[in-house]
Amino acid sequence: MRKIFISLSVIILFSTMSIAQNRSLPSVDIKTLNGRTINTKSLENNGKPIVISFWATWCVPCKKELNAIAEVYEDWQEETGVKLVAISIDDTRSMSKVAPYVNASDWEYEVYLDPNGDLKRAMGVQQVPHTFLLNGENKIVWQHRTYVDGDEEELFEEIKKLAK
Amino acid sequence: MTRKILLSLIILFSSIICFSQDNSGEFHGDFDLNMQSYQEDLKIGAEAADEIILNNAYLNINYTRGKFAVGIRYESYLNALADYDPEFKGNGIPYRYATYSIDGLEITAGNYYEQLGSGLIFRSYEEKGLGIDNAMDGVRLKYRPFQGMNLKTFIGKSRTHFTYADGIFRGVDGEININDLFNCKTKTKAILGGSFVSRYQERNNLIFKIPQNVSAYAGRLNLIHGRWNYYGEYAYKINDPANALSEKAMNYANGNTFTQNIAFSKKGFGVVAEMHRTDNMTFKSDRDKDGKAYLINYIPTLSKPHAKSLLALYPCATQADGEFGMQLDIFYKIKKGSLLGGKYGTRFNFNYSRINGLNGGNSFLNDNTEHSPMLISVKKEELYFQDINLEINKKINKKIRANFIVANQTYNKDFLEGHVPGDYGVLSSTILVADVSYKIKKRHSIRVELQTLKSNQLEKYSDHGGIYENGMEEPAEGDWSMGLIEYTISPHWFLTIQDMYNWGNEKIEKQLHYINIDAGFNKGANRFSIGYGKKREGIFCIGGVCKFVPSSNGFNINISSSF
Repeated sequence: MRKIFISLSVIILFSTMSIAQNRSLPSVDIKTLNGRTINTKSLENNGKPIVISFWATWCVPCKKELNAIAEVYEDWQEETGVKLVAISIDDTRSMSKVAPYVNASDWEYEVYLDPNGDLKRAMGVQQVPHTFLLNGENKIVWQHRTYVDGDEEELFEEIKKLAK
Repeated sequence: MTRKILLSLIILFSSIICFSQDNSGEFHGDFDLNMQSYQEDLKIGAEAADEIILNNAYLNINYTRGKFAVGIRYESYLNALADYDPEFKGNGIPYRYATYSIDGLEITAGNYYEQLGSGLIFRSYEEKGLGIDNAMDGVRLKYRPFQGMNLKTFIGKSRTHFTYADGIFRGVDGEININDLFNCKTKTKAILGGSFVSRYQERNNLIFKIPQNVSAYAGRLNLIHGRWNYYGEYAYKINDPANALSEKAMNYANGNTFTQNIAFSKKGFGVVAEMHRTDNMTFKSDRDKDGKAYLINYIPTLSKPHAKSLLALYPCATQADGEFGMQLDIFYKIKKGSLLGGKYGTRFNFNYSRINGLNGGNSFLNDNTEHSPMLISVKKEELYFQDINLEINKKINKKIRANFIVANQTYNKDFLEGHVPGDYGVLSSTILVADVSYKIKKRHSIRVELQTLKSNQLEKYSDHGGIYENGMEEPAEGDWSMGLIEYTISPHWFLTIQDMYNWGNEKIEKQLHYINIDAGFNKGANRFSIGYGKKREGIFCIGGVCKFVPSSNGFNINISSSF
């Protein structure tokens, strides 16, 4: 009996699986810095690539990464039309610091809050920073965990491949 | 059990095939493995594990197709890492869910994580670093009938380790974004919310009258006016008597929490001021059980979460039973091109936080006595924690980035760690941190971090000739220094060597080095790291929720991946 169940479930599992090469951006509710609830499906960039970067105000390498990109962001946008979406996983302890930090740092990114970790879980993010690159169809084509100095150069190489 | 799970999986998957119109089904998930060896080291108090190696591993698999999603998490603790609760034992699938959404309604059956407002009355979440997972098992509905109105309701039991706590939770929450709902484009925007939770647990106390249904409710308001942002929330919990104080006395007091913050920010400048007061607000999934696994609400801690090791040596934990706290943060960026800003600008963050006890302790009510603390009382109350710190970030030139932090922390070790008052008293420490990274050549960087902590204990071990009258056996640890060198090759490699040295310990045999070496490889969706070293016994906190981490000595391996 048990064997039948196992084989059945395996068959069904594989039959449903249209082995997708690229994952889509999941559909999850997130919040804007003004408290509005929006769905990730509404994130778009007119067919140009999107970078999704998970970060938190208490995460040193995350801030390093986003501050490093901030210095070259204008050039990146000009060259490739890319848009960066920063998803803060700060919970209610530090959520109130996100907007003051973002504005003080003069970031031009779109910033959203994921206080309940719904998007984080849906995208399989275990630790921050975790950066995803989406193509014009909102499919995940590349991802990178952690940040060390210079990682943004690899990201830009990948963005340029998409923008061609 | 396994058969049941498989059967339910089959039903779920077949239902997806039948109902889904959309043909683009996708599997995705993630994997995480943490393995550590434990060798004995009597000097630091590290014990060997009988198993030699302990291991925690997780695999999440999600399947989404159109409006449907199902998923499971397989968890394996063979046996659980030493800093985990040993109740996490063996293998299983403690997390599985199915959800679909249609026309603004989302229905979830199985496990889910939920938080109402700031979490003051209800928060179900997972934090692997702390070994916390109080996922709900039951049914949840979320509904957005119009843009600007969000409703949710749920029923379920809360997970504790591999089982579920006794209490049954029922909750509702509603949030209205007035501007969105009525489509008014005013400069002032308002979001109103309210939530209600009730826990049912059978009466099992023969002596005292215990309410079987304990309810808690909260209301919140978010006002936005241009660059200003205000958030306030008030929560109330009816009496939830748990532990008898004596044969005749039981605490029937209500609980409440009030929290608010106001922020202002503009280009280059941001400030946020916060305060909260909490009284008798520990809410558990089982009234008769203690420990963090049973907590079902969350009172956010009002102190800065520090990432540097010596700044986090003495962390603050929220006292949900009673505390008054306040915090101020100022962010400022000096423009590039100015005298102080230099070519790239300079960033500052000033942070001040102070947490103290309530006047006369938390609320208390029974047949003989009654106490409700003053609403606001700061000056004369017992100080739990205080932190004043300033952080400066500066990119000096194309190759060098520097980060400096200076902090003064006051830590009530007796109170926060549950010692007898007078054992250690209050620690006051001054901490300096310098973190400089240098780009050697394209993709190659080196980072050096130096930290020092000067600690001042109210009473010193040596003052007593090594003997204390009040039973204290150990002095506090005293002064520390820490050095770290990290070499990274972007985007794949890192190597870190660090030493934490307790040079200021009054006991010479405790003046020990804690050396750690870590290396890792990182490519795309996968990350591998291996380390060897000694860890100090201490308290580790995330979000003000803390766990005790025993000292350890050994190898550790971490593999994480997502697909």
